[in-house]
Amino acid sequence: MFHLIDRRLNGKNKSAVNRERFLKRFKGQIKEAVTRAVKDRSITDIERGEKVSIPVKDINEPTFGHAQGGVWERVFPGNKEYLKGDEFERPQSGGGGGGSGGAGDGGEGQDDFVFELTREEFLNFFFDDLELPNLIKTQLQQTTTFKPMRAGFTSDGTPTNIHVLRSLRGALGRRIALSATPLDDLNAAQEQLDELLETCDEHDPAVLALMTEIREHKARLAHIPWIDPFDLRYSNRVRVPNPTTQAVMFCVMDVSGSMDETKKDIAKRFFILLYLFLERAYEKIEVVFVRHHTQAFEVNEDEFFHARDTGGTVVSSALKLVKKIILERYPSNDWNIYVAQASDGDNWDSDSPACRELLANDILPLLQYYAYVEITEGEPQNLWYEYERVAAQHRHFTMRRIREAGEIWPVFRDLFKKAGLGERSAA
Amino acid sequence: MTRLAHTDQAQQPLSTGSEWTFELIQRYYDEIARIAADFGLDTYPNQLEIISAEQMMDAYASVGMPVMYHHWSYGKHFLATQKHYQRGAMGLAYEIVINSNPCIAYLMEENTMTMQALVIAHAAFGHNSFFKGNYLFRTWTEADAIIDYLVFAKHYIAECEARHGEDKVEELLDSCHALMNYGVDRYKRPQKLSLAQERARLAEREEYQQSQVNTLWRTIPRLMEEREQAQQTPRFPDEPQENLLYFIEKFAPLLEPWQRELVRIVRKIAQYFYPQRQTQVMNEGWATFWHYTLMNRLYDEGLLTDAAMFEFLHSHTNVIAQPGVDSPYFNGINPYALGFAMYRDIQRICTEPTDEDRQWFPQLAGSDWRQALDFAMRNFKDESFIAQYLSPKLIRDFHLFAILDDDQNARLKVSAIHDDAGYADIRRKLAEQYNLAAREPNIQVYEVNTRTDRALTLRHYQYQRRPLANSVHEVLKHVARLWGFTVKLESVDEEGRVILTYDCKVEKRHGQ
Repeated sequence: MFHLIDRRLNGKNKSAVNRERFLKRFKGQIKEAVTRAVKDRSITDIERGEKVSIPVKDINEPTFGHAQGGVWERVFPGNKEYLKGDEFERPQSGGGGGGSGGAGDGGEGQDDFVFELTREEFLNFFFDDLELPNLIKTQLQQTTTFKPMRAGFTSDGTPTNIHVLRSLRGALGRRIALSATPLDDLNAAQEQLDELLETCDEHDPAVLALMTEIREHKARLAHIPWIDPFDLRYSNRVRVPNPTTQAVMFCVMDVSGSMDETKKDIAKRFFILLYLFLERAYEKIEVVFVRHHTQAFEVNEDEFFHARDTGGTVVSSALKLVKKIILERYPSNDWNIYVAQASDGDNWDSDSPACRELLANDILPLLQYYAYVEITEGEPQNLWYEYERVAAQHRHFTMRRIREAGEIWPVFRDLFKKAGLGERSAA
Repeated sequence: MTRLAHTDQAQQPLSTGSEWTFELIQRYYDEIARIAADFGLDTYPNQLEIISAEQMMDAYASVGMPVMYHHWSYGKHFLATQKHYQRGAMGLAYEIVINSNPCIAYLMEENTMTMQALVIAHAAFGHNSFFKGNYLFRTWTEADAIIDYLVFAKHYIAECEARHGEDKVEELLDSCHALMNYGVDRYKRPQKLSLAQERARLAEREEYQQSQVNTLWRTIPRLMEEREQAQQTPRFPDEPQENLLYFIEKFAPLLEPWQRELVRIVRKIAQYFYPQRQTQVMNEGWATFWHYTLMNRLYDEGLLTDAAMFEFLHSHTNVIAQPGVDSPYFNGINPYALGFAMYRDIQRICTEPTDEDRQWFPQLAGSDWRQALDFAMRNFKDESFIAQYLSPKLIRDFHLFAILDDDQNARLKVSAIHDDAGYADIRRKLAEQYNLAAREPNIQVYEVNTRTDRALTLRHYQYQRRPLANSVHEVLKHVARLWGFTVKLESVDEEGRVILTYDCKVEKRHGQ
């Protein structure tokens, strides 16, 4: 009359669909939370889950209920001091006092509903905002890429991997080893026979016995297989993580007074995306933050995004600093160097030609890629035109004008399109 | 007699460590089953399932059922449960038991052997016998058919999602869920069908329902005579209807057949859970009483070690703790505590009645406690159970007192306490507190304007001048979505006067 069933092996993700539905339904709120989170996070720390909170009133499932008011008479346990007819003040906000039944949810109504997004879900929402195509999303989300590599030989495997030379060499060795004793015996018997034949008739019983023995030795030799499954050798391949190298990413940003918080936020997303992309391709990434107005400084991430400066803009100061840092610390044969520059396009007029010179002659030859985003709604200024001339000459220089976060993507499409850059992560 | 023989031979405990094995669970189950049979517990066959903590969370999230259709709200519950559990803010329930035949009870793999034994006694014998015996469950739920029905519902809803899109289905389910508590026939017993019959009748029903609706709402101009008759057309519906979902399923003008079927599914599931909402104290009390009694008997027979007994008592006392109203842990009356105390009290009144008990419960005092308890379990719900059995001794033990909160008085008043004058009063008031009709607003379908704008009028019959919570506006939107036309809600005071009107207008018909 009783069954005991072990269900532990059944799937435990029965709620996965419902969870997904929930996320889908509150996409808007969750996206906002993700956006907030991105603002607070470091560029290098984008890949973890996130706690998301949604106001409870938004996710309530309404039902008819009573509010406070009218007559409530409720029975409570644990009377200590009261006698019938005692009166006392109504406690504030219904806590513990009368009427807590109908307003049961009301007391906790102010809290937010908090839950955790997993890393994948977080990235999904992050990418969603940037309108990345699905293919790229999966590439960015991949954890590691593997590459098969030869790793000697094994004694089992699939027939296609049989290594002929090795197998035959093994067979030969085995044949030599196994035939040594029978061959010695055979030679000895043969010699004896030759000796005997010199003195005896070939029908002599001793001769006949020796000939039988020789036949047996020959049969033994003939039984040694030419090749045996034991001899087979297979080429061995192991999957090793894609050989990765190191990269350095320069984030260059104009922090003059005209760059407001929104523009900085767009710039930050741009930097994050580049970082995520590089992270797939390289094992080790260093990030260098360079901010500039009329002068350029190397700063840490916090200062980079949050410190505020005013004043004019001299872009070449930043480029000079980048060049100096590269020459001092990142020899370009050891490092893959990427530069991402964000600016609102303002520059001191006579500085722009200098920037072009500096880029074309000194910096671009050292780099893998240079991406320039101009975050502005206004007309392009002289820096843009100078840069256009650079772009015409150098394939690994791209530039875009961006008004909002969704437009960051085209810059990256260019990045992936470039043969030799996208290749690694696509492998 | 056999019992004596057992106690005489000093028995070996069934196990000494805290680890469980399948063999041990089998042995414990056999012993508990033997004792339960001894006490005459009548149960459905049992099916115990070992599950992991994650699976327990899954089960939690889908209202405890092993099969359930997909809906975002279950995802919400899952996330909430997961968060609490991972933070350690809450242990998972020891047990979930499903009112089905065979009765399915979950054992969590993390539990110790003692806890598994406790769960077996509590769920597989306590709850199980309650499901099988209590009149509400016998009337309202069909233990043989529920799993089949859920399988049918899940497939049907998945089919609808594929055919009509997830969003449309979700909208509709949201609206139905909002009315779930108003989807029960309280007086008519519904008939239940098996999976095969349900499928077979589905097509037939869809067709028939649609034809009925069409007759009611026909818009072809009527003849003059007919129009004159129409002047005296009796109100529709001719009597107020308490089952809103049923009314919508049958008469909502614009619903398509598949939508009516979905309303029906939610209504059926609401009906299945209806008894549980009315027997919390009784059901949990009964299960707690039996795990206590069965485990004690195991111990008396020497089958439990002292250590195991202490572990059991530790959980048991946690389960039946009742903090007082002034305690920071106070969270209403604990149904486990009250129910357990009441069954123990009935047992006490039967076996060792005092003079007071003889006066209050003349028919109970000195009778066979097994029969008295069985009768109580079978024939009551929380409200009537308390009204019938709450004894003065328990009222004293719990220090129960009543507070009157009337919004026309500035101050609260203690209206009754645990003294001679108050016993009957407290008992009546506590019973009232468990009356579903008083806990939830009484809302019924009052009238449908069949001739002009097809507006649906609901009436809220106020009880003790209690107003509706603000959620009413949201819920009315859901009703309007189902009904397809304007929906009004009138609050009616105890003299029958309309004192407040809410409405949700549907200006434009979508999808038309």
